[in-house]
Amino acid sequence: MANIAITDATTARPAYGSMSRDRRWALRWSYFFLVLFAVFFLMPPIYMLITSLKTSQEISAAGNPWWIYNPTLENYLELLTQNHYLTFFRNSAIVAVCVVAITMLISVIAAFALARMKFWGSATLATGVFLTYLIPETLLFIPLFKMFAWVNETFGIQLMNHWWTLIILYPTLTVPFATWIMIGYFASIPKELDEAALIDGATWMQTLTKIFIPVALPGIIAATIFTFTVAWAQFLYPLAFTTSTTELVLPVGIITTLIKGDVFNWGQIMTGALLGAAPPLIIYAFLMDYYIAGLTAGATKG
Amino acid sequence: MADIAAPSSVAGTGDSRSSLHKLMQRKSTVAFLMALPLILLISILVAYPAGYAVYLATLNKGMTRFVGFGNFEFLFGRDTFWLVVYQSCLFAITAVIFKALIGFVVAHFVHNIPSKGQRKWRGMLLVPWVIPPAMSTLAWLWLFDPSYSAINYLLAPLGIERIPWTGEAGWARFSVILVNVWIGSPFFMIMYLAALKSVPEQLYEAAAIDGATWWQRIWYVTLPMMRNIIAITALFSLIVTFANFDIVRVLTAGGPLNSTHIFGTWAFRVGIEGGDIPLGASVSLFMVPILAVAAAFILRDITKRGSEV
Repeated sequence: MANIAITDATTARPAYGSMSRDRRWALRWSYFFLVLFAVFFLMPPIYMLITSLKTSQEISAAGNPWWIYNPTLENYLELLTQNHYLTFFRNSAIVAVCVVAITMLISVIAAFALARMKFWGSATLATGVFLTYLIPETLLFIPLFKMFAWVNETFGIQLMNHWWTLIILYPTLTVPFATWIMIGYFASIPKELDEAALIDGATWMQTLTKIFIPVALPGIIAATIFTFTVAWAQFLYPLAFTTSTTELVLPVGIITTLIKGDVFNWGQIMTGALLGAAPPLIIYAFLMDYYIAGLTAGATKG
Repeated sequence: MADIAAPSSVAGTGDSRSSLHKLMQRKSTVAFLMALPLILLISILVAYPAGYAVYLATLNKGMTRFVGFGNFEFLFGRDTFWLVVYQSCLFAITAVIFKALIGFVVAHFVHNIPSKGQRKWRGMLLVPWVIPPAMSTLAWLWLFDPSYSAINYLLAPLGIERIPWTGEAGWARFSVILVNVWIGSPFFMIMYLAALKSVPEQLYEAAAIDGATWWQRIWYVTLPMMRNIIAITALFSLIVTFANFDIVRVLTAGGPLNSTHIFGTWAFRVGIEGGDIPLGASVSLFMVPILAVAAAFILRDITKRGSEV
């Protein structure tokens, strides 16, 4: 081993120049492949944008699909003056905002209790929260469907086919995750901080609002962004539980109203999808670092 | 409260312990109340439905009679069911492997370039993960359109004939996996990039002094250091991919001839659209074993990490 190391050391000095050349080549290759991957990753959104700026005639013409010959805002105007699309957008926005508020209220308080104020079964509950986060909605929509029918029979409350039902349903997807990452953030706050507050006579609620929430603010922002994204993107629950045009949210609304039988109005579908993707994209563009912090915290904090 | 506390303080020696005990008791009550909304939400809208699904799976179609394992027996006798099992496994395993590979490779490229440009690239490469899947899948559906496929247009000069992306069983299976990889690999990239940054630079320097090739550096330094994060990310993704719904539903709706149905979409078809709720519940329950195994491994990894720290 020693011999090899010595020979390496002797050859290393003249080879130093080639090493930096290697590094330069590695850099070039890295950029080359990054461009390649960026093209692959950005192709669908760019094609959405291209299609949204075309007229129906141009879309069904035989020309180059990647080029816009007569750019037009016709699709945008038509979609935004049409009542349906604005209804979907409004439903989506109300649902998302309410879900974010409910989720953050429940999860921040519960995470504080689980991270700091240990009680009987709190460790089990924390694990339980994590396990619930792993239960997918594809497992729950059928029993929920039946439960809603039962609620209607027993209490006479119709939960089916109302957009506000989604406000009850979405927290099942967002609360476990938000609680989980908030437990991680709260647990990382030094114990001395809240001990000092308690000695000074602060109540638990004051400790939470005056110390934990301000200190863990990045975590709260990350959880809020995540919750919003999930509430905005959820597809299965609205598809299963809402049917009337006035009750739909964006993802389902675009698919059910703009596709009529076998006729795809692609210009409007792409415009609708692009506008629908805009809110999460805009939030992401401004708060990317929080977004990434939340993403990595969700799977690694423990 | 003050009344009760007063005698104990007079009592002398035992006072600090009993009042501390009281405090603990009070604290735990407050804590329980604070966690109560979470407990209620989880038990009513997650735990109960999950248990209810098991009960539903034992009923007949009209939900009037208990049939035991009748639904499962019925499923085992159907070819479509085995097709769904095969496709679910193929879809989830292939997609996770490719997501992990692409994520790992891209993370390395991002890690290689000077750090001031990394943020920009990372931001660009994460876009597929941010767009709601149902909407980005619509864009793919349009890219795959049988008569105006923009991808086929690009492939035509390379001498590749029109590809029936969603029209033929084999290609449709490839397409749903491709879209899933497109949506999911940025997540792996971010996770692996974070892990790469946490590998101490000295290890690479030591490896370089020992004359390690780039391949040996990856195999003996990077991979062992990232093992935990690779495992957790892959298991997470396995659960999410296995339980996927949006992509398959929008891109192929299970077709052609049920060849791309996975558990989630088939359960929807049978249970909601077909009106056979017990059978749909039975189908979705087949996800449980795989989810449970993956969840057990994730929990083990996370508790292990916890005890290390």
